[in-house]
Amino acid sequence: MRFSLGKWLLPLYTALALILLLIPIGYTFVFSFNDYFKTNIGWQGFTFRNWTNACDAQGLCSAFGNSLIIGVVSTVLATAMGTALALALARYKFRGRSVLSLLIFVPMATPEVVLAAGLASQFFTLNVEKGLGTVILAHTLFCLSFVVVTVKARVASLDPALEEAGRDLYAPPSQVFWRITFPLLIPGILAAALLSFALSFDDFIITYFNSGSLQTFPTFIYISASRGVPAEANVIASAVFIITIALVVVSQVVSRARAKALNRNA
Amino acid sequence: MALAGFADTSSRKVSAPMRKSRVVILLLLPGVAYLALFFLTPLVALLLTSFQAPDPNSFDFGAYIYAFQWQNYVAGVAEYWPIFLRSFFYAIVATLAAFLIGYPIAYFIGVYLRGRPSLQAFTLILVVAPFFISFLLRTLAWKQILGDEGWLVTTLKSLSIMPADGQITGTAFSVIFGLTYNFIPFMVLPIYASLERLDLRYLEASSDLYSRPSTTFFKVTLPMSIPGVVSGTLLTFIPASGDYINASDDFLGGPSTQMVGNQIQVNFLKLLDYPMAAVLSVVLMVIIMAIVTFYVRRSGTEDLV
Repeated sequence: MRFSLGKWLLPLYTALALILLLIPIGYTFVFSFNDYFKTNIGWQGFTFRNWTNACDAQGLCSAFGNSLIIGVVSTVLATAMGTALALALARYKFRGRSVLSLLIFVPMATPEVVLAAGLASQFFTLNVEKGLGTVILAHTLFCLSFVVVTVKARVASLDPALEEAGRDLYAPPSQVFWRITFPLLIPGILAAALLSFALSFDDFIITYFNSGSLQTFPTFIYISASRGVPAEANVIASAVFIITIALVVVSQVVSRARAKALNRNA
Repeated sequence: MALAGFADTSSRKVSAPMRKSRVVILLLLPGVAYLALFFLTPLVALLLTSFQAPDPNSFDFGAYIYAFQWQNYVAGVAEYWPIFLRSFFYAIVATLAAFLIGYPIAYFIGVYLRGRPSLQAFTLILVVAPFFISFLLRTLAWKQILGDEGWLVTTLKSLSIMPADGQITGTAFSVIFGLTYNFIPFMVLPIYASLERLDLRYLEASSDLYSRPSTTFFKVTLPMSIPGVVSGTLLTFIPASGDYINASDDFLGGPSTQMVGNQIQVNFLKLLDYPMAAVLSVVLMVIIMAIVTFYVRRSGTEDLV
């Protein structure tokens, strides 16, 4: 298996690169415990205060709440529409199929700042007031393409024999879909939903152009960056990080265990 | 991983016969309508805005009327071409750096760790871990680590490696560093997806035929991972060229490192010069599309979509 690059060089290089990737995460986590005064720069002593009183920083928790609402609503919208598009693209032939593929691809290849300015010009022209609604509309848009791509890959990897078996046993098409296809797609749909929530939750550029006076977690950080981000923001970010990593690890372990059980039965 | 779908170039044969066009229409309608309303129409709005002229009957800041003022483009390019050049220079260097750092990681996970799924999964989680913590906070963390009062700069100065008035943040280096750092996972994931499917027997065959490891790499491994490389470089280059967080004053940049994204933001949100912001956006998008099309054609993976 060791074809090249020496036995140790590659693992060592990877380890160094991974450390580089992880340094800012460690930094953010450590500085959530900083007993800071005014600016959270430079180590001033250890405290749990920021963790126990995370909402003390003004506006932080309402911004965080807005991010959660926006993330959930736009994830639901994008996942529903995106899954439908992915099914149509993967399963049916229709006129304009390649044009539609392009229409789904181009938003992903458009720089965020262009999408942001475009949506903002449109809302401005139509005199729509910026706020929660406009941010949700914008987030749903950029999540949509990622959902289509993720779910489409899953549809393409399904074994057609399973659906054939259902049809051979005289199941009507709707039953084949809801009892065979859809359950098999659930992991892909969940992955797509997780991805779109993560994209929405962390989005800054499109949000900033379309949020007006509404604050989300990223815009809160951006605005406070010039005078110093409070350590409580590090607390929120670290907590979200720990929860997501735990979810990812659990889902990996569960799917691994399930695959093992399936192999044993087969 | 989800982004691996980006590298998926196979468009499967349509298996089920199309019996019910009604079903297709129902599936397509909401998504297509949404893309039309919130992707195509905003692009048209942007294009219309870019030709707007100041409202002659109004002294209000930010009041414009529809016109066909194509001179906006001349003014925009004349004023901002150095910034366009800088943006693309930063983005290209960051993409190359992310490739040089990312490819070995992807190779390590996809080829070296083949057959050890738990280790593979663990390393992949480490690669995507940065996605789970705020992009802005990570960038700010680098600002503080590389900042003038940070231990790195003070150490380098006390060792006289850096001049006493030297700085890391606010320079082209720190902006490119930030761009590279932030987009490495986007580079690693699609390359990993390609390498993971690479049949190791090809590599064995190559070494059985007495080719050196480096020849095997450049003649077999690298060419077979090109679809992943194309996806990865695009996923890095496109957001990097439009980014304005890394280059902004409060993060890793300074007055001399402004990118196009910064100018679009300033024109749109501060100066309320919507036509100029729209001109810059349209030009940025056209250049990126031209580069992407040329690049995809050249690399021979046209069925990327």
